[in-house]
Amino acid sequence: MHSPIVTIAALALSVLLCGYLVLTLLFPEKFGLFSIVLLLFVKPVGLYLARVMEGERTWLSPVLRPVERLIYKLCGVQAEAEMNWRQYAFALLGFSAVTMVFTYAIERLQQYLPWNPQHLGAVGPDLAFNTAASFTTNTNWQFYGGESTMSYFTQMMGLATHNFWSAAAGIVVAIALIRGIKRTTSATIGNFWVDMTRTLLYVLVPLSVISALILVWQGVPQNMNAYTAAHTLEHTTQTIAQGPVASQEAIKELGTNGGGFFNANSAHPYENPTPATNFLEMWLIFLIGAGLTYTLGTMTGSKGHGWAVYAAMYILFAVGFTVCYWAEAHPYKVIHSAVQTQTATAPGGNMEGKEVRFGISDSALFSTVTTDASCGAVNSMFDSFTPLGGMVPLSNIMAGEIIFGGVGSGMYGMLIFVVLAVFIAGLMVGRTPEYLGKKIEAYDVKMAMLYALIFAFIILVFSAIFVLRPAGLTAMANPGPHGFTEVLYAFVSGAGNNGSAFAGLGTNWWYNIAMGFDMLIGRFLMMIPVLALAGNLAQKKTIPPSPGTFPVNTPLFTVLLIGVIIIVGALTFFPALSLGPILEHLLLRAGHLF
Amino acid sequence: MQPISNAHLPEDELAIPEWQRAHASAAPVAHSVWGTAIRFTILTAILLGLAYPFLVTGMAQALFPHQANGSLILKNGQVIGSSLIAQSFTSAQYFHPRPSAAGNGYDATSSGGSNLAQSNAKLAQRMQGDIDKIAAANGGKPVPIDMVTTSGSGLDPDITPDAAYYQAARVARARGMSVEAVRALIAAHITQRSLGILGEPRVNVLELNLALDDLAK
Repeated sequence: MHSPIVTIAALALSVLLCGYLVLTLLFPEKFGLFSIVLLLFVKPVGLYLARVMEGERTWLSPVLRPVERLIYKLCGVQAEAEMNWRQYAFALLGFSAVTMVFTYAIERLQQYLPWNPQHLGAVGPDLAFNTAASFTTNTNWQFYGGESTMSYFTQMMGLATHNFWSAAAGIVVAIALIRGIKRTTSATIGNFWVDMTRTLLYVLVPLSVISALILVWQGVPQNMNAYTAAHTLEHTTQTIAQGPVASQEAIKELGTNGGGFFNANSAHPYENPTPATNFLEMWLIFLIGAGLTYTLGTMTGSKGHGWAVYAAMYILFAVGFTVCYWAEAHPYKVIHSAVQTQTATAPGGNMEGKEVRFGISDSALFSTVTTDASCGAVNSMFDSFTPLGGMVPLSNIMAGEIIFGGVGSGMYGMLIFVVLAVFIAGLMVGRTPEYLGKKIEAYDVKMAMLYALIFAFIILVFSAIFVLRPAGLTAMANPGPHGFTEVLYAFVSGAGNNGSAFAGLGTNWWYNIAMGFDMLIGRFLMMIPVLALAGNLAQKKTIPPSPGTFPVNTPLFTVLLIGVIIIVGALTFFPALSLGPILEHLLLRAGHLF
Repeated sequence: MQPISNAHLPEDELAIPEWQRAHASAAPVAHSVWGTAIRFTILTAILLGLAYPFLVTGMAQALFPHQANGSLILKNGQVIGSSLIAQSFTSAQYFHPRPSAAGNGYDATSSGGSNLAQSNAKLAQRMQGDIDKIAAANGGKPVPIDMVTTSGSGLDPDITPDAAYYQAARVARARGMSVEAVRALIAAHITQRSLGILGEPRVNVLELNLALDDLAK
């Protein structure tokens, strides 16, 4: 029917496909293997998630169902009572507020609490607020070094708990939105407590236990010992920090949290000791986000739509990785007499801030994955990336972390773009836009735009203020446009709830407080329009598709969706990018150092 | 569990847009949100913050005690380091690890990278200085890039095979060994890519140096 458009879309797709083939020929091993393993788990994970969230029996039910019932009983949850979107949002906000206070209190009181073998003192009030906000919002921005600041008790009770809670909260909001799309003339979108409990028990905890044990097998420590004093071969003393690392590491990736046990995060050999753990961690980061595309398809009864969304995500992921890998493998010639070309026995490229066991390609792949999702774990230091290499993580977050995205948050973020794409398609043909049988009306588009605008607003306003104030400037670790990128990245990472950093950026009271609000607004103020949209879609009637309905399960839709993401998501930030990494790239290419 | 049934609204109420409808609740939630939130927080904190990590600790200590305790290397009953954590080597008779930005160097309680930008003149100066120093102590220029770049953690236990071979002549001279013997030892300590696919070929510096000491005995 749309023969010219279909032809163009087919052409565009084949160009992308050729690009992908070239890519897999260049490094068939890493990117190809990761892509295949990722794809293999989309359906099983998506189906399992749908079963859990629909309240059906799973193979874990015989063990977990009694625990689930006990939790409802002890917490006074009426499992059959459903909530409208306001009640759902209120329960979510209330719960998040309680958990944030809980973590703040633990940080401030850690010197009186158990499992503190290094006798670490109380965390300062502004840093404790920043960290509590950071973990409550699934950001895990860290203005501290874990091994020198947080006791084992704080790490386990104050921080790792949030890795579970905030991940589950993201998933349940995505499920609520999917229910909104699916249900007709319904006032309710589910029960927050039931959704949380089932996500924690049936999905996050079992997968974390298994992953943690695999990590230990590969070399990640899991103990409660005091730091070890080693007497080195050259007769000096080295104090080696350890702790319950593996249990935190597993959920850190699976829940796309990203807060490292150690300051160096997944670059630390104790957090990510081998290429195998690196692969496992990347896979865990994408696992639920990718699976949710199938959950979307199966719950709404349009599997083609789920795969169309998956395709859009995958293409953006492949493009990001290609640019990042290329930039890091071809650094600027700022030094001479060092071997920077890639050989079979040396990775070459820009190795500042990278580990030998990962080299360039595993570092670039991990960096793309962690910022496509809202994870923010890093296995290499973005601050030392080339300008264009570092622009990939930055742009990934700016696009809204919808490329598989954070657990749940990636799906609902992507669905916001889907609504906008459907709306724009409707405008082009001059009809009321429909999405899976639901009319998309003014209220829905307003909520979607609110979501997109809050994100851009907080990032640009906070960054502008901080690059004009002495308190903002003194924290920069690098001069020139790179210093600007450090500040911009911080507020992008906070608002996007990513948590990765251009980590040279120092901290002070102003950053602690401003970043705290950046993260809270970027999480909860953006969740409210999503739940409002869910509530509004749920109460609508379904209308049968007509010849004028824009199908959302075609390659054409995938192309349109990518276009909308690039236009809305990325172009908002183009002026800011041109002042930072783009300017730095042009000057560096001309041989200009700062 | 019973499948959750959708609650339906009367038709006339649907005419009102959702946002204007005050508490269009079909099923009243009787209890207080705060009470549930506090109880849910405490209960799940015990489950996720204590039961989960201690379950993993117990299983890890039982199944993989060496790894769970940090892959420590003992010599004569004393801990001399961890095979996963770089330690400082400065004498000519040992292989040297990559430079470190962790604390004052190889500080395993303060991991981290230099965070210097590619456009920062300090980075270019530091690298150029290290290139000249390392070239003078070893086999001249060019120098493998990993020997003059700090790692992300500052505790990178590995160097590339190129960087190990590059230091072979110096180590052989300092120990009065043949270069061939040292090169053979390096070749025996190269870890290849996992499955021939993942990661990069590498040599663990501490393990290589321990093997050198064993040869000398």
